[in-house]
Amino acid sequence: MSVIVLLIAVSVLVAGGFLVAFLWSVKSGQMDDDYTPSIRMLFDDEIKDVKKSPTKNNN
Amino acid sequence: MQVESFQYDNKTVRNFAIATIIWGVVGMTVGLWIALQLVFPTVLNLQPYFNFGRLRPLHTNAVIFAFVGNGIFMGVYYSLQRLLKTRMFNDTLSKIHFWGWQLIIVAAAITLPLGITTSKEYAELEWPIDIAITIIWVIFGFNMFATIIKRRERHLYVAVWFYIATFVTVAVLHLVNSFELPISLFKSYSWYAGVQDALVQWWYGHNAVAFFLTTPYLGLMYYFMPKAANRPVFSYKLSIIHFWALIFLYIWAGPHHLLYTALPNWAQSIGIVFSFMLIFPSWGGMINGLLTLRGAWDKVREDVILKFMVVAVTAYGMSTFEGPMLSLKSINAVAHFTDWIIAHVHIGGLGWNGMLTFGILYWLIPRIYKTELYSKKLANIHFWLATLGILFYAIPMYWAAFQQASMWKQFTESGQLKYQFLETVTYMRPFYAMRSLGGVLYLSGAIIAMVNIFKTIGQGTLVANEDAQAPALEKAYTKHTGEHWHRWIERRPTPFLILSLVVILIGGIVEIVPTFLVKSNIPTIASVKPYTPLELQGRDIYVREGCYTCHSQMIRPFRSETERYGEYSKAGEFVYDHPFQWGSKRTGPDLAREGAGNLKKSNAWHFNHMDEPSAISTGSVMPSYSFLIDHELDTATTPLKINAMITLGVPYDKGFAQIANQDLMVQAKLLTADLKKDGIEVGPNKEIVALIAYLQRLGTDISKK
Repeated sequence: MSVIVLLIAVSVLVAGGFLVAFLWSVKSGQMDDDYTPSIRMLFDDEIKDVKKSPTKNNN
Repeated sequence: MQVESFQYDNKTVRNFAIATIIWGVVGMTVGLWIALQLVFPTVLNLQPYFNFGRLRPLHTNAVIFAFVGNGIFMGVYYSLQRLLKTRMFNDTLSKIHFWGWQLIIVAAAITLPLGITTSKEYAELEWPIDIAITIIWVIFGFNMFATIIKRRERHLYVAVWFYIATFVTVAVLHLVNSFELPISLFKSYSWYAGVQDALVQWWYGHNAVAFFLTTPYLGLMYYFMPKAANRPVFSYKLSIIHFWALIFLYIWAGPHHLLYTALPNWAQSIGIVFSFMLIFPSWGGMINGLLTLRGAWDKVREDVILKFMVVAVTAYGMSTFEGPMLSLKSINAVAHFTDWIIAHVHIGGLGWNGMLTFGILYWLIPRIYKTELYSKKLANIHFWLATLGILFYAIPMYWAAFQQASMWKQFTESGQLKYQFLETVTYMRPFYAMRSLGGVLYLSGAIIAMVNIFKTIGQGTLVANEDAQAPALEKAYTKHTGEHWHRWIERRPTPFLILSLVVILIGGIVEIVPTFLVKSNIPTIASVKPYTPLELQGRDIYVREGCYTCHSQMIRPFRSETERYGEYSKAGEFVYDHPFQWGSKRTGPDLAREGAGNLKKSNAWHFNHMDEPSAISTGSVMPSYSFLIDHELDTATTPLKINAMITLGVPYDKGFAQIANQDLMVQAKLLTADLKKDGIEVGPNKEIVALIAYLQRLGTDISKK
């Protein structure tokens, strides 16, 4: 069963990586706005034909 | 703020989209074929290349990696660019990614029917293809991360997080599970043995479901569902919680595939606890998806794309409810090895992945071709065919599985098993037929979709490079401009130490673990001995033919199983099994003790049974393996195989490799002499002899005192 050491080590590494990513995302303000992103993603496509600047909200 | 102009790459998206639909139809056709093989075994099994055991891995690999795989890349390449307001980092990398992935699929489609397989489920491809997968996957990841770095949108939308998790975890899973020792270009042995191999495999297997079939598709759901409904996701906050909770829980759930097996109990318990907890983020995600349509259900009535997505998310909810339930020991005791699991994965595959893929295709293709969908009516017909197809597939399978499990477990009043295994097989046949009907419905829907999509493509023109504009990313955000990132760490000795330790640990694990593993393969049961060269060759034929797709080698500690198959399986019995052959499905009976106790049959029985199974067991759905009688055993590989096993820690005597073939011939001649007594003439150098030797060996070790 020694392979479980490997699996736990690898899993902890992956989870640790995600933890770092999570802490980074919180610290760098990724999670500060939990509403605008859901709206913003709806507005980014149809700028092709008309000369209309993208509806890019500042956050 | 300066507004920059740039172009989105739609060509790669288009390529992946076409690959998705074509491979989807191919993969489903193979699925239908193998489903029908269980109904008409003698007609549809075309040995050796198109026997069930070789085609089933082709089906699973095709739908997972070709259909869903291309679907992932289609959706990621479309949404990533738009979410990050930038073109993909490098067109050449995108192109290599696309063609590399298709080549891998073609390689799989050729090698699997040829019997070139590692026999580890959803990781059957042999080592050269494993390396190719690694390279292409890294190219995909590099291209994605480089795109993320040059983004024009600071915030990473939740879908992007799902894509990142997918890339990272699949890379790790693939590397760890594909640790194998090549003995030739097309054959390798898993580095792990027996119970260890099983644990690694199902840690991989479950996470392949989690991080290949689930997380990337959740990313797609969070992008394409709001887009299709033109309203924001119900709760962005919930989506963030969904993501982080899901990825932290998923990776520990693997052992639920090995409940009641020879895996230590504590490992099983960890798997159960995490599997059960998974219901919370999963249902959070499902509710979030469905509630995105709050107040817009009138749209669902009219918009066929939303219909597809609603069924997809509902199927996600059903599978992720079922998953934790199936992980409970009492339910697993009934469901494991039955067709319940097949029904469960098809709710996920046909429902969640399939319906979402088609919804995305119908939404995306008209957009990048600047046209309308060719026919809404056809899409509606597809929707109903697919939805009914799922029901016609799943309901007979659930019903069948309950019956199957009860028949396996039923005793008469005098305490005898009530049913022969074969009776449960023949009982299943009508259900297999009904299930195939579900497959026909679903597949015809997919073909209609293919026509519809190609017609749409025909009436539009591809906007290969779509113009877009976005303000550049402000640089002000980075705190230490002009400083290298590692300055931060250099000023902090403690975190630096910890990080270095982690790096060293990775190296250490890679180096130490293999030797460590070899040592732990010392048997705990003294009477368990390595396979003889003939048995080893026979075992490799067993692996090649994919016998594990229908036969388990794992007797669980229930009276219904020990009565039928003999003493329950012990971890120590599998220490020389590279790879393990526990299987996950009992379309046929368990073979763990095929050569021992009450189950022991004569060599002649095995010979005749392999030649024509239904002649010996009336109603058997097993394909004929008569070609093994003609095929000559490749004994040139014997010394290589023995040496490889020695490297992996199997205690053959030094120099045994040189005399292995002599040993093999002696045993083979004994076996053919025995066959001759029953009037069967066969050369000792034929493959069937090796396979019979292996089957006769199964389970005999622990009955030796």
